[in-house]
Amino acid sequence: MSLRRLLPALLVGVTLLGSSALSAGEARSLAEDEATEQRLVAISSELRCLVCQNESLAGSQAELASDLRREIRTLIRDGRSDREIIDFMVSRYGDFVLYRPPLKATTVLLWFGPGILFVGGVASLVLYLRRRNRALGDSALSADERARASALLDAAGGPGSQPVTQQAPRE
Amino acid sequence: MNRFLWPLIAFIALVVLLAVGLGLNPREVPSPLVGKPAPAFTLPRLDAPAKTFSPQEMLGRVWLLNVWASWCVSCRHEHPVLVDLARQHAVPLVGLNYKEVRGDAAIDADKLSRDEERQQVVERAGAWLARHGNPYTLSVLDIDGRVGIDYGVYGVPETYVIDKAGIIRLKHIGPVTPEIVSGKLLPLIQEISK
Amino acid sequence: MIPEIGNLALILAFCVALAQGFLPLAGAHRGRAAWTAFARPASRALALLVGVAFACLTSAFVDNDFSVLYVAQHSNTLLPLPYRIAAVWGGHEGSLLLWMLMLVVWTLAVAQFSRQLPEPMVARVLGVLGLVSAGFLLFILLTSNPFDRLLPAAEQGRDLNPLLQDPGLILHPPMLYMGYVGFSVAFSFAIAALLSGQLDAAWARWSRPWTTAAWVFLTLGIALGSWWAYYELGWGGWWFWDPVENASFMPWLIGTALVHSLAVTEKRGSFKNWTVLLAISAFSLSLLGTFLVRSGVLTSVHAFATDPRRGIFILLFLGTVIGSSLVLFAWRAPKVGLGGRFALLSRESLLLTNNVLLVVACSSVLLGTLYPLLIDALGLGKLSVGPPYFDAVFVPLMLPALFLIGVAPFANWKHARVDEIVRALRWAFIVAAAVGAAAPLLYGRWKPMVALGLLLAAWIVLSALFSVVRRVGATRGGRSFLATLGQQPRSFVGMHVAHLGVAAFVAGVTVVSGYQAEKDVRMEVGDTVGVGGYSFRFNGVREQQGPNYRALVGDFELIAEGRTVRKLFPEKRFYVSSAMPMTEAAIDSGPLGDVYVSLGEPIDKSRPDAAWAVRVYYKPLVDWIWGGCMIMAIGGIIALSDRRYRVRLRSGSTAPSSAGALARHT
Repeated sequence: MSLRRLLPALLVGVTLLGSSALSAGEARSLAEDEATEQRLVAISSELRCLVCQNESLAGSQAELASDLRREIRTLIRDGRSDREIIDFMVSRYGDFVLYRPPLKATTVLLWFGPGILFVGGVASLVLYLRRRNRALGDSALSADERARASALLDAAGGPGSQPVTQQAPRE
Repeated sequence: MNRFLWPLIAFIALVVLLAVGLGLNPREVPSPLVGKPAPAFTLPRLDAPAKTFSPQEMLGRVWLLNVWASWCVSCRHEHPVLVDLARQHAVPLVGLNYKEVRGDAAIDADKLSRDEERQQVVERAGAWLARHGNPYTLSVLDIDGRVGIDYGVYGVPETYVIDKAGIIRLKHIGPVTPEIVSGKLLPLIQEISK
Repeated sequence: MIPEIGNLALILAFCVALAQGFLPLAGAHRGRAAWTAFARPASRALALLVGVAFACLTSAFVDNDFSVLYVAQHSNTLLPLPYRIAAVWGGHEGSLLLWMLMLVVWTLAVAQFSRQLPEPMVARVLGVLGLVSAGFLLFILLTSNPFDRLLPAAEQGRDLNPLLQDPGLILHPPMLYMGYVGFSVAFSFAIAALLSGQLDAAWARWSRPWTTAAWVFLTLGIALGSWWAYYELGWGGWWFWDPVENASFMPWLIGTALVHSLAVTEKRGSFKNWTVLLAISAFSLSLLGTFLVRSGVLTSVHAFATDPRRGIFILLFLGTVIGSSLVLFAWRAPKVGLGGRFALLSRESLLLTNNVLLVVACSSVLLGTLYPLLIDALGLGKLSVGPPYFDAVFVPLMLPALFLIGVAPFANWKHARVDEIVRALRWAFIVAAAVGAAAPLLYGRWKPMVALGLLLAAWIVLSALFSVVRRVGATRGGRSFLATLGQQPRSFVGMHVAHLGVAAFVAGVTVVSGYQAEKDVRMEVGDTVGVGGYSFRFNGVREQQGPNYRALVGDFELIAEGRTVRKLFPEKRFYVSSAMPMTEAAIDSGPLGDVYVSLGEPIDKSRPDAAWAVRVYYKPLVDWIWGGCMIMAIGGIIALSDRRYRVRLRSGSTAPSSAGALARHT
């Protein structure tokens, strides 16, 4: 992109907002109605095309996908809500068409799994660090273990680093 | 227990899951319509386009609805099986001719008027049945695929078993084979015909 | 004749790989120098044999030998030569051979560049690599032989999938496989360390450059794939969370964690078990990816033609290799020492937190990828897990990790203080917050997610800058700033460069998802359409003949400020051998964003000279996504050039450190 095109690029926002003035020869939108089309894209990118390997209804060029997009357009024009349109699809093709699986008994693990993993991961991290510090610094260690631990500590620094000083764990 | 065994346990669980997964077909989508009433429609008949057919007419009988089209390659493979099934007179077989013209990639259906398209549908579907045999009690014409959407059709051929109360009891996706007929369709039909 | 030579080479390679696997391992175990010395020559012989096999397959493609089934299925006499060569890895069998070639190249590299390592260690590493090679060669020979004959020969080949007829095919798979397979080296080092009990800082130092190199290749491979999908699929997306993409992304996440935890293990001797587990996991996920792509258990846009026998073989292989590694891990890990002491807040603990976040993110991706399979296997129905899920889950997990990128370089090893970090970084944060708050206004509409993304990007950049300034200031001692900067360790510079890459990536993703614009229009000849401050004028469509396709080429003028900037020629291609039309988008790329035009269908199919459906996009900062990945990779390369990997490490090679000795004797 050359310098003389920097300015228009920076001013994009302005054009994005107000590109309503149609010049002569300005191409017509394929959709008869912009709002319908935007809703169509929003809904159909959450739905899976059934005949394709793994594509959304919005992106697919398969015939069934274009039939279903037409069907969704009709439903939008009939004034159905997004919820109703999605239910229309689910009642015919099942939960399989939803790229965002609904929260129900079978998907609890899917939706809460990452959160549980996160909390569990951070909790076990903290627990581990505390236990580790206790294991390394506790006087209840046997003499043998203490010797081993200090051997470890000496070794740990590797070439070029200072011996580890005994510091109170900050908890 | 040795906590260093956990990665191994998790891994074994994963391998078991993958092994089970190998036996599954990820492309087969079960229909939510099984156990639900067959969606209503009123469509013109192929043999007499002036007349219509709707599923209510079949109430009280067990019947099969088979989705087909002359452009569908797998339909040709399953067709002899259907012809054979029809000879046994076990069950009435209704054909749903699905997007006969506009489903065919070789035809630019946008250029046809509605009447032209309809005429072509009747001609092509009729010719195909004349050539390969007609197993259907009757066939109906779903020219634009609207009814197909209500039935959740996503791959032709598909076959539905519908009971006396008009409830869909089974949906089979893909060509019907002799094994499917003897192993799945006939036992179910016998059971629900009692 | 040539295919038979290839086949023979593969069979011989299998025998050599078996020998390379068992003999040196046994030698290292029994202390027999003659057996361990076998490792290096064996790995050279293996590389030669696999190289010969690969050359034979390439020559079959170049010569259009359609008596070879694989060639007949993936090539065509009309296919241009570069694609005939790239078609070698255009299908399952050949791509597996490419995988194998990469594996022997890595093995050879280890054999060549490991002079400073103790002999038993080299023997073990090469031995493990030999066993992995043997497994893959057996897989090729039993289920996926690319040299199978087709008799009588086909008249003409079926042709390469048109989607693959692109420079992307030439670059992306080799890069990606170099990354995937590269983790086998980190894996082999980990197994060698577990076998010997020598799990110490020296081990971490040896395996670190190999891991970084694999990570660099994987980063580039994934970025190339994403870029390819962006321009080739014709709808402007760059990441789809497809199972196969996830399969490459999961090893990357774990590999990234591994690169960081290796740093701790090398510098401080801590997290040894954890590091080993990550090294095993990274390679397991590479193998799992292979399984997912080639077994057909999941539906994906990219999957190969599937055959259940292959799935069973890979699963058995995966189970054997990883299962035995994890048994070894469970046996050895309890005896490994803890390493250096550090406080709850320290560089160590922050790097460990980064590891936890990356591992949780990777587990979430794995959960989402395999969940449909799990539900299906339990007989609970079918469901799909797609981009909306992954976006919802992945992004929140990455936000704290991005924040920590700025903090960790300011935390001291062993013990860090919150007040010191806050003092050092408060201005960086204030400025980053201001940038985050203001920058979205450049694009017109203020969006909270964009502000947050840009805040984090600016935060990473500024904290890196502060860190460099602080370090240079502390080590300067009267010299000029630049001279001191040039003398910083490469690993330090590499780290910051890679982090800057992350910042560029985050900025790109944030801005493009916040402000991309898209229009579907019908254009008569002479019509214009405006998007993103530009407009396109449509001058019609003309026909053009390609080597093996016929194309309809759209002629568009890109206009900015009333002047034509350049012409763009998107195409619609019809390949001779396939019914599927291909869309080739035309893109004007620039540092501030892309404008992208792709041809849809003619409005009236019988009149391609008249009106067309056209899709135009404006994609601000989209190239920063791949640019960011490039910068990350460059950071990795800089870190690889660090002095301490080049000089002989006497301390490491002669005396195993006491921690390792201890582990062996308990």
